[in-house]
Amino acid sequence: MCTTCGCGSSSISPGKSSHNGLRKTKGPIRYRPPSAARPAPDPSTAPQPDLIDFGAGIAGTHAPGISQSRMVRIERDILSRNNQYAEANRLYLAEHDILALNMVSSPGSGKTTLLIQTIRALQDTRPIFVIEGDQQTDQDAERIRATGVSALQINTGKGCHLDAQMIEQALLQLAPDEQSLLLIENVGNLVCPAAFDLGEAHKVVVLSVTEGEDKPLKYPDMFRAASLMLLNKCDLLPYLNFDPALAIHYARRVNPSLQIIQISATSGEGMPVWLDWIRNSSPNAHPIKSPPNSD
Amino acid sequence: MHEMSLATEVLAIIEDAARQQSFTRVKTIWLEIGQFSCVEIEALRFCFDSITQHSHSLAHGAQLEIIRLPGDGWCHNCQNKVSLTTVYDACPRCGSYGVAVTGGDSLRIKELEVE
Repeated sequence: MCTTCGCGSSSISPGKSSHNGLRKTKGPIRYRPPSAARPAPDPSTAPQPDLIDFGAGIAGTHAPGISQSRMVRIERDILSRNNQYAEANRLYLAEHDILALNMVSSPGSGKTTLLIQTIRALQDTRPIFVIEGDQQTDQDAERIRATGVSALQINTGKGCHLDAQMIEQALLQLAPDEQSLLLIENVGNLVCPAAFDLGEAHKVVVLSVTEGEDKPLKYPDMFRAASLMLLNKCDLLPYLNFDPALAIHYARRVNPSLQIIQISATSGEGMPVWLDWIRNSSPNAHPIKSPPNSD
Repeated sequence: MHEMSLATEVLAIIEDAARQQSFTRVKTIWLEIGQFSCVEIEALRFCFDSITQHSHSLAHGAQLEIIRLPGDGWCHNCQNKVSLTTVYDACPRCGSYGVAVTGGDSLRIKELEVE
């Protein structure tokens, strides 16, 4: 279901057999309207024409200046449900020793080409699985499948980001191998995916040199949420007025601990450093909050 | 535009609370929104009003009260707690950019007025 508006237009399509074989997720995933659960009205409290009962309301009493309304403390994080799914995903990934990377960027930064080159370089050393997120089409997953690895396309419909529940379903369907590398290509969007933890070990933000140096300042949330920034398309630097040092300076202003690698997926420049970064990354980059609480 | 997702979550949490605590109508919702919480408040209001516009919604016509929390940081250079307006502010005391954000991330439903 589309988590943006609940319209049900999002889909997870494993190749051509879209929707078929989609396993049921465990437990209830959507709240049912309260009407069914609400107790039937008690006839003894129904209004009577010859009686005004100030004690019949929810507050059970009446005092001047105090209405029947009452205060309920909630203290719940609005993203708590997403975070519960994210923690469950993180636990699953840790148990299976799967390194999950959430690749985020603007549209057109070269994420898919980067993934293809990464897969070609690493697929002989460990199993690789890919989850592709786009609003529409199966084209990116098709490009990935051409390398020979399994890829699952999530179409978010009108949605602007992947959420942890989509990844939970995708994990059930994709069933990645133990000790594999799971690459999640998020929807091309530098805004919304920053807020949604998927249970990944790291967010990797891709910035290409055909964009502006000040993107980290314009979209700070994403650069703050990421562990690593890949500055992509560096083979084009001789033809552009892009100052890599300035882009790195801005990125570190937003996130002083951000790691940065200059790279070109097309020419291969910087790829060995990126591949070493993957090899040295642990699936358990975050402590697991166990068990996920109901908060 | 992830505010629609957030508005849907707010309503789901309220509906959950309504079932657990037996109320049928929400009059006011207090949301705590930090300076760095990735949410545009007016977009959130618009989305929330849109999904509760039907008169049978338990939050129909509910007032959204926003508690804005400022951004806080800790300067590793001068070892001071400082206020921030953006996540990339220089330290207002020493001018260094090594400021870690320590507060202003929250995105919570605090309290409801119900009947």
